[in-house]
Amino acid sequence: MSPSVRPYWRIKLQRVRALIIKESRQIVRDPSSIAIGVILPLILILLFGYGLSLDVRNVPIAVVMDQPSTQGQELLAALQLSPYFNPRQVATMPAAENLMAHGEVDGIVHLAQEFDRRMSAGDAQLQLIVQGGDANRARIIEAYVQGAVGVWAAHRAAQGRGGSVGPVLVQSRLWFNDANESHYFLVPGLIVLVMTLIGGLLTAMVVAREWERGTYEALLVTPVRSEEILLGKTLPYFVLALIGFSLCALSAQFLFHVPLRGSFWILLFDSMLYVLVALGIGLLISSWVKSQLVASQLTMLVTFMPAYILSGFLFDLRSMPLAVRFVTYLLPARYYVALLQSVFLAGDVWSVIVPNTLVLALMAGLLALASRAVMRKRLE
Amino acid sequence: MLASIYRILALTRKELLAVLKDRRGRMSLLIPPVVQALIFGYAATYDLNHVPYAVFDQSHSGASQQLLAHIDGSGVFQRVATLSQAQDIAREVDSRKALLALVIDSDFERRMFSGQGAQLQVIADGRNSNTAGTAMGYLGAVVERFNTQWRRDHGLGPPSLTITARAWYNPNLETRWYMIPGMIGTLTLLQTLMLTAMSVAREREQGTFDQLLVTPFRPYELMAGKALPSMLVGIIQATGVLLVAQLWFRIPFAGSYLTLYIGLLVFLMAAVGMGLLVSAASATMQQAMLYSMLLIMPFALLSGLTTPVSNMPGWLQYLTAINPLRYAIDITRRVYLEGAGLALLGGDLLPLAIVAAATLSISSWVFAHRMQ
Repeated sequence: MSPSVRPYWRIKLQRVRALIIKESRQIVRDPSSIAIGVILPLILILLFGYGLSLDVRNVPIAVVMDQPSTQGQELLAALQLSPYFNPRQVATMPAAENLMAHGEVDGIVHLAQEFDRRMSAGDAQLQLIVQGGDANRARIIEAYVQGAVGVWAAHRAAQGRGGSVGPVLVQSRLWFNDANESHYFLVPGLIVLVMTLIGGLLTAMVVAREWERGTYEALLVTPVRSEEILLGKTLPYFVLALIGFSLCALSAQFLFHVPLRGSFWILLFDSMLYVLVALGIGLLISSWVKSQLVASQLTMLVTFMPAYILSGFLFDLRSMPLAVRFVTYLLPARYYVALLQSVFLAGDVWSVIVPNTLVLALMAGLLALASRAVMRKRLE
Repeated sequence: MLASIYRILALTRKELLAVLKDRRGRMSLLIPPVVQALIFGYAATYDLNHVPYAVFDQSHSGASQQLLAHIDGSGVFQRVATLSQAQDIAREVDSRKALLALVIDSDFERRMFSGQGAQLQVIADGRNSNTAGTAMGYLGAVVERFNTQWRRDHGLGPPSLTITARAWYNPNLETRWYMIPGMIGTLTLLQTLMLTAMSVAREREQGTFDQLLVTPFRPYELMAGKALPSMLVGIIQATGVLLVAQLWFRIPFAGSYLTLYIGLLVFLMAAVGMGLLVSAASATMQQAMLYSMLLIMPFALLSGLTTPVSNMPGWLQYLTAINPLRYAIDITRRVYLEGAGLALLGGDLLPLAIVAAATLSISSWVFAHRMQ
């Protein structure tokens, strides 16, 4: 049977298969792309998973009592019992302020003269000073001190030792993250950052190198079509990146103990979409921009930093001004962060999964079309 | 000596020309830091100004209405749903429509008047537990204000203990004040490191590096000629971000510019040193790009910009000792917000200078080695 008699799609398939085999051999022989696609994500997720934390625990605070006070000692004991504080008694305010200026304590709890008497009279004052440079941490410390002191005061009131509470008491619960562990949401976000970088690196390293060496042009003389090249070239790297992703997801679950409450298949499907998008962006940039210096800076500027700051991985998107929020809608990372945080922590929430998946799919499709157009223009 | 300086200046001029000669190159070095500072300046804040919440009020009482009016009037909280059954809470929170859900029991008003204290149950979406914690903190403050007013209106007298909180260095606890000074170093590092790494790699790939070798340049002159232009670009970029911080975001500058620029200069030396090290290790531009991306990402994430270094495990804190950005962020923040002088910054400047000296001398050794 001569090739011309076989149906066209089978020839097409055969060509793609040949390209995939060729590319896979190249990957196996040149371990650098395996290092980027598989080993690097694992190293990065370990480094960042351990490195990034917003938990506030064991905060060193100074407790200053202007006068020996039994109530004050009781409060100090209450603070000592809390896992959040590491309190120590300091004799005078100037000494405590000096400790704070040198960064040895992050907060000062100050009980003025006659604290005991005024506690019984019902008009005691407690002064709290926090190191406000890191405002996020300062706010959490403030809330924790207020909480600890509030519990102590409520306990006293309940024992009938004076004072009253409320009238409204806030009783709070944190859904999806009872233990208030910051890496529950940081690790899924980190997977996004790592996969973004991997996508950019793989395409920049591998695809752009082909342009450099002119091996794409060599393909011109063969009967392969541009979409076949695209498919045959990206599929092996796509698989590589997916292996990298799986290692990240496994370490999230087994090393960092982030629960996976949603379905694994949804996680995998959305990650496949995102890997496609990440590869597509890198492909487009490295085909469009001729200079490698500009291409590499552009990749860094439009992928890594925005995924870090504008994706909702750390900072709440709802509180950004309208113009900035508009920019975030253009970022694929935004949708993937929302998906990962929900699928890991909340479960299969369809009202989150469906719209975000659709946007990612749309982006992947558009990028594939755009890459094909750019490749055609360069090849034909 | 003088001839050596002339040679360095000539090389610097040539490098600057190579980078700045076309418009795209100029723009790609000057525009991004300023644009990024503007966008990220707005985005990189842990402060909340829009907290959507849902409420399930079972008491329908005057007291609960009063409390909700207080919350709605705070400006931060926006009610997105008023629920009539408990099952709906999950729907609102799961879909991320509401960050908080408030549940008010049916005996709310009775308990408030009886003096037992009424419970306000708050459910927060912990998918970003930091945001959730901040929102709950805001809510706590609103409820505290409500309580004070209620006590006054109903003649209950003050509570037995009141807490007055005050924050040093950043009285309104705006995270933007903390983030933007930190960005001076972060946004500068990205391009200076890459620029240095790529410029040497490009010469090597195009073969012009060999041409430089036959010129009377000595290795250290070559290095200085590569380092100076990048540092110059870095200083300009840092100034751009500094201007955005002061003129646009109006964050008051507490320290001395001289101290800040001394710190930045040492930082840029270290950043450029890292870039030269990368270029010494790589034969092609591809490799230079790969290695610099591999350095920049951990440098940016493990720098204390968004999460504190003190939260890292001990071994990782030791590893970050080689991260120039970690020191730069600390220096810019302390000079900018606290007005720290050189004497207080020794703990940052010294290690930074060591990193700069180490990277520069290792790469100059490699340069000299290659030339012979």
